[in-house]
Amino acid sequence: MTQPIDVAALKRDFAIFDKKMRGGKRLVYLDSGATSQKPRQVLDAERYFYENNNAAVHRGAHLLAEEANEAYEGARQSVADFIGANVEETIFTKGATESLNLIAYSFGNSKPGSRFHLKAGDRIVVSEMEHHANLIPWQQLAKRTGAELVWFEITDEGRLDLTKISDVIDSKTKIVAITHQSNVLGTINPIKEIAAQAKKVGAVVVLDACQSAPHFKIDVKELGIDFLAFSGHKALGPTGVGVCWGKSEHLAEMEPFLTGGSMIESVTMTDATWAPAPRKFEAGVPNMAQAVGLATALTYLTKIGMDRVAEHDALLTAYALSKLIPLAGVKVIGPQNGVDRGAVISFTIDGVHPHDVGQALDGNGIAVRTGHHCAWPLMRKLGLVGTTRASFYIYNDKSDIDILADSIVEAQKFFKVN
Amino acid sequence: MELESLYQEVILDHYKHPANKKLSSDYSTQVHHVNPSCGDEITLNLTLQNGLIKQVSWEGVGCSISQASTSIMTDLMIGKDTESALSVLDEFTALMQSKGLAKGNELVLEDAVALAGVSKFPARIKCALLGWMAFKDAISQSVADQTK
Repeated sequence: MTQPIDVAALKRDFAIFDKKMRGGKRLVYLDSGATSQKPRQVLDAERYFYENNNAAVHRGAHLLAEEANEAYEGARQSVADFIGANVEETIFTKGATESLNLIAYSFGNSKPGSRFHLKAGDRIVVSEMEHHANLIPWQQLAKRTGAELVWFEITDEGRLDLTKISDVIDSKTKIVAITHQSNVLGTINPIKEIAAQAKKVGAVVVLDACQSAPHFKIDVKELGIDFLAFSGHKALGPTGVGVCWGKSEHLAEMEPFLTGGSMIESVTMTDATWAPAPRKFEAGVPNMAQAVGLATALTYLTKIGMDRVAEHDALLTAYALSKLIPLAGVKVIGPQNGVDRGAVISFTIDGVHPHDVGQALDGNGIAVRTGHHCAWPLMRKLGLVGTTRASFYIYNDKSDIDILADSIVEAQKFFKVN
Repeated sequence: MELESLYQEVILDHYKHPANKKLSSDYSTQVHHVNPSCGDEITLNLTLQNGLIKQVSWEGVGCSISQASTSIMTDLMIGKDTESALSVLDEFTALMQSKGLAKGNELVLEDAVALAGVSKFPARIKCALLGWMAFKDAISQSVADQTK
């Protein structure tokens, strides 16, 4: 066991925790699965960039352009280091949604003969627990190309049913797009096992790491995957910046997604050739200050230590499960213990709609997510209209969970269901 | 306390015992509306006869605000002519957009004034309006069908 995180000290870096919520109550922020709060260091880094180095990168011969370039490419190096990647394989996007669309549209743009070209008879594999961002791009790609979309189902416990893994990821499979950790169930999926099967049949693995990269150590090489996407804003970073990582051999072969300035090698009136990756996939002036902010956020996390972040998450998850599971009329969705489970807990309360639960909790200063969590097919599978979701991060402690549990009981009284 | 101002007793009563919440087998128009941000859904059957709202029945899933609001709306609308129904609807929509400043005219809106507190919670206004918008849609479809 490493040194636990000193939450009280750490919270001083986050100005938002000084905010008074309804009725003057303190903020109990349990919605980091949707977006994390930002430490002062990240905001300062963005401001510093704008006040000292701001210029369009990859253009201009002046001092500012040079400094902006250095800051932006330095940020790329920090991101690459954070996920164990090579810097030229690390692409900045607007967010994970764009990252996943980049891969899907690039494949869709490939010409016959390319290993990424899809046609009838090919197969794309996803799972029932995907966020819409890692479902719809593939679903629509399948529709456009005639490829078949198949998916892993979930077990009653809320884990991937991998019993027929070699039937699902079969020799027709070209792409396996899977989430590392469910944003609804908290389930952490066995990626190495899935990647090993994908490798056997020559399929590429696209990993949605939105819920995992901010919470535990990721090493793209160790996972055996081909692509990875995550958003900056769930990892203490700013909105408007995300990461798309891909193996360089793939990136070299892939068609661009967005075209325009910056991403070219040479242009005539009738044709164009592309710059090598990552530039090939970064058309236009990028979100430079946001990239710098994200690098600062990842440095902040690395300074705490991702192992400590993971241990902190595990501690809170176990504590929350021990508080919520025994409550009468409360049902925790997904794995009932902390094994291979991240810091996301969805639950329902008999007789109270998730929106009403969220409203009641809001009355006590608690911020949770309610509804279908952009995983509508999963909700249908579970037979639910929605859930209430509490998600934890480095600035939460047990007292937040105590307030949550007490407020749930209070809400049951208010709506007269217990 | 703000929670009580939002969830008045009459709302919780309608939520527990919703009016007209069983789809009638005969109707002139059926509509299905979804609130894509939360997944709430409603199916509404309307029977319009000679410009009179004879019957409104519905089925759906949603939070207490959306369910109570739809229940109250059906009670209000049945028996009205389309013109006065739409004017009630406009008055309710204006109340929802009042940001907590209006109380609502009880003579026109009856039980629906209990929903005035919703206008202080921007995220919940669409919950309160789900059934009303379905009704409005059903009226315009019904009228369009009859003038064909």
